[in-house]
Amino acid sequence: MTVSQVSFGSHEPVLDVKNLTVKYIGDTRSTTAVDRVSFSIGTGEVFGLAGESGCGKSTIANSIMRLLKDPAKIAGGSISFGGRDVLAMSPDELRRFRWQDVAMVFQSAMNSLNPVLTIGEQIVDIFTTHAGYSRKESMRRAGELLELVRIDPARLKSYPHQLSGGMRQRAVIAMAVALKPSLLILDEPTTALDVVVQQEIMAQIKELQRELGFSVLFITHDMSLMVELSHRMAVMYGGRIVETAKAQDVYADPRHPYTQALMGAFPPLTGPRIPLKGLPEGVKFQNIPDLEEVAPDHFVAPFNAGAEAAVFEGAAQ
Amino acid sequence: MRFILRRLGFYLIAFWASITLNFLLPRFMPGDPVSRMFARTQGKMQPEQIEALRKMLGVDTRPLWEQYVDYMHNILTGQMGVSISRFPTPVTEVIASQIGWTLLLGGTALVCAAVVGNLLGILAAWRRGGAIDSALPPLLVFIGSFPYFWLAMGALYLFGVVLGWFPIRHAFTDGLEPAFTSEFIGDVGAHLILPALTIVLVSIGGWMLGMRNTMIATNSEDYITMAEAKGLRPGRIMLRYAARNAMLPSVTSFGMGLGFVVGGAMLTEVVFAYPGVGYQLLNAVQGLDYPLMQGLFLTITAAVLLANFLVDILYVRLDPRVRSN
Repeated sequence: MTVSQVSFGSHEPVLDVKNLTVKYIGDTRSTTAVDRVSFSIGTGEVFGLAGESGCGKSTIANSIMRLLKDPAKIAGGSISFGGRDVLAMSPDELRRFRWQDVAMVFQSAMNSLNPVLTIGEQIVDIFTTHAGYSRKESMRRAGELLELVRIDPARLKSYPHQLSGGMRQRAVIAMAVALKPSLLILDEPTTALDVVVQQEIMAQIKELQRELGFSVLFITHDMSLMVELSHRMAVMYGGRIVETAKAQDVYADPRHPYTQALMGAFPPLTGPRIPLKGLPEGVKFQNIPDLEEVAPDHFVAPFNAGAEAAVFEGAAQ
Repeated sequence: MRFILRRLGFYLIAFWASITLNFLLPRFMPGDPVSRMFARTQGKMQPEQIEALRKMLGVDTRPLWEQYVDYMHNILTGQMGVSISRFPTPVTEVIASQIGWTLLLGGTALVCAAVVGNLLGILAAWRRGGAIDSALPPLLVFIGSFPYFWLAMGALYLFGVVLGWFPIRHAFTDGLEPAFTSEFIGDVGAHLILPALTIVLVSIGGWMLGMRNTMIATNSEDYITMAEAKGLRPGRIMLRYAARNAMLPSVTSFGMGLGFVVGGAMLTEVVFAYPGVGYQLLNAVQGLDYPLMQGLFLTITAAVLLANFLVDILYVRLDPRVRSN
């Protein structure tokens, strides 16, 4: 596999994941949630990771920050960040690595804030722990952060339940950029929000990304959102990457039948009404092989023609 | 503020309901105290004496509502009548002489058990499957399920009689004059350790298990993962993020416990001959001592309600979500 060599621009990749394998180890049986996955993200690049629920997207995100809890275990591969081996970090190194180098916006803003601490206290936490600022200085900076995401700094004194869902997610995004990390992981940041708020949040993230220049690992199952935001993207299925290329190329010319099915599962906003296509029942891809380059910077896992035929047959019905 | 006023109104109604019940219950019990006293003096009382006693003790034959009005009036003016079993001491005096010791013993035991138990629960849940988590809960539950009087007498025999480490009876050495001197306080402390320890031993398991279970549920919340991702120090995540949220149910139990402390620890008081309300209550029930019983029940009720009210106020401080609804 040569995927890791493809990155946006000519910079050294910020994040380089190689052959990552994560297993959920049970007493009687184990499941491989992520299977020999490789990708890299360049400086300032937005890398999208798409796929259905349970395909291993979030597990990858949690592996990068080493947040996996039992029974999940990283069974193989390597994660390197700016040349440092993330999997070999000591607890202290890891603690500094988290949030300073990589920050993360979790799926549900509702639950990722501590209900008994004010928003201010939860931002101040970050500054006092990592930057060693005094409480007063931290509070001032926390106020600035809220302004950055267009929340009134008076809200520092509010508790999470006093904010709307969109405000909460924006507060979490403010927290994520507090230490100006070089990589921001967005794990389905807008899933729990309605479409209007979704747009606001995504615009906010784009703006911050332009301003602060961090790289983004963007995880979602919303293909249109992903194509809009990402430079490059990968499509995952059953713990494997089945296709990776520039987002525009995936959009214009999806090669793998699963990518095609995923693209077909979203209605176009304009144009005539068409019946939505998805992966027909009974079609499963197993023993997905390693990626092969089918066009410049466009990698697809080889598949047998039968599966493709089944997808189109299913779509035709 | 509105929340607190509403709670206060609720507790006032609860208090009224409980004193009314308190009034009715003994009157529906079979037997009457004067016949008991009559029986105790082995029939040496004259009919006039009996009549006089009935009058004095308020065991009258007036209609129930008249008695009720009287009763309410007396309660509101702090008169609880004269104890029958410790005639002629007024009930308030009987209770006042005992309640300090009860509060000392029960309060110490409750605070120790709750603080240590909760801390152990926090640690056990934080290092789930670790040494504390594997060894302590079964052990503490095992100890906690001993019949209390057996455990208390065992401790008394072993540490008091055989080893002689602790005094075996009373709240302080006989003949010592109660005073705020280091000698007296030390003596009270020495007398307190063994009875308090037995209570702590049997109750600590419950605190620990309760905290451990809530904390384990809290540990899987997203905000704990987020706190870890934020790279906060583990101690801070454990206390400010996990335990701070998991402690809320424990606070409720603590409030309830605090209220019931006033009811006394009867078995402890009997085994260690410790002065206190619990033993007094047993005597009152056996002697059909209505006024004392009512006085004690009233004190317990008031204490439970007061403790719950305090917990409600505390809750407002601890859980911001309560404030808004």
